[in-house]
Amino acid sequence: MIKSFADYIVFSKIGLLHGSHAGEALNFFIYDTIKIFLLLTSIIFVVAIIRSYFSPERTRRILSSKREYVGNILAALLGTVTPFCSCSAVPLFIGFLESGIPLGVTFSFLISSPMVNEVALIMLWGLFGWKIATIYIGTGLVVAIVSGIIIGRLKMEKHVQDYVCEIKVGATEIKEQSFPEKLIYARDYTLGLLKKIWPYVVVGIGLGAFIHGYAPADFLLKYAGRDNPLAVPLAVVIGVPLYSNAAGVIPIVQALMAKGMATGTVLAFMMAVTALSFPEAVILKNVLKTRLLITFFGIVAIAIIFVGYLFNAIL
Amino acid sequence: MKIEILGTGCASCKTLYENTKKAVEESGKTAEIIKVEDIPSIMKYGVMNTPALVIDGKVVFCGKAASTAEIKGLL
Repeated sequence: MIKSFADYIVFSKIGLLHGSHAGEALNFFIYDTIKIFLLLTSIIFVVAIIRSYFSPERTRRILSSKREYVGNILAALLGTVTPFCSCSAVPLFIGFLESGIPLGVTFSFLISSPMVNEVALIMLWGLFGWKIATIYIGTGLVVAIVSGIIIGRLKMEKHVQDYVCEIKVGATEIKEQSFPEKLIYARDYTLGLLKKIWPYVVVGIGLGAFIHGYAPADFLLKYAGRDNPLAVPLAVVIGVPLYSNAAGVIPIVQALMAKGMATGTVLAFMMAVTALSFPEAVILKNVLKTRLLITFFGIVAIAIIFVGYLFNAIL
Repeated sequence: MKIEILGTGCASCKTLYENTKKAVEESGKTAEIIKVEDIPSIMKYGVMNTPALVIDGKVVFCGKAASTAEIKGLL
């Protein structure tokens, strides 16, 4: 239905020709924009209601009695639904450590949260289908769990900034919202998130549409195809400093994939963009000494590269 | 009344500060509004999800930039 609407607008109303660069690009843009925003609005709302049951305080309580493995797995899962924005990373990190959650478990949470979430799921599902969406979510969780376990094993507690362990976290009692309050929260959360990400989505889809309509189909095959063993690490190296949320980067990677970039390379690029970034490093520098910060980025980057190779080999 | 806005200075913290200022003005009450930006002070309240609103030493909510109307109801 959306497809015929986009066809009608572009080819009948505006009168662009089927198969022309401009026509294909605009058609793709209209179709994807409508589809993605419909999906985003409905699913973010549902997830917001789920999120309202997982406050960071409750997550902390659940995790504080857990150790390695079980703790890492739970932390990665809870990271996907616990609401917190990147600017809360520091108080959250301190709050977790203070309540006795191991460093590695805390990292599993911090890694999965920006990388594996409902926005990533919807966009991947809408643009690539459920198979790739599931693979991304699954491997994203594994990357978070494994990286957290490794960081825990390295015993780097002394590389947390010294003041962190001196902070006393006060007790707070925040009362549980009633269901109508949760609905209002979900509505505000959905509107707020849409307001924040819509420019990324539109620019992302726009860039994707441009590449779709104008770049030749085998444009990237030579550089980023399956046969270039350096493509995966290169994609990760390019992706790490780039900062975007899942919403902005997915339409672009879709276009890259359509032009011949291998699936594993695409997944790795996307994980690198969302999980690791310069602004995040700057925020985390407040609580981590340089050595732990570099170790964290290094381990996650290696785990992502591994995922990239794995999927280029099997898909 | 003493109102504290806890937050490290991100966009939602600024929104909450502005909304609170407006809510106080519209309600006609007098209140001292303070921005609390340093981590140890924020953590003293046990808040992990910023921005948070504290009225007379009590955390009212955290993790959202509430609207002016909602804050007015809490004053």
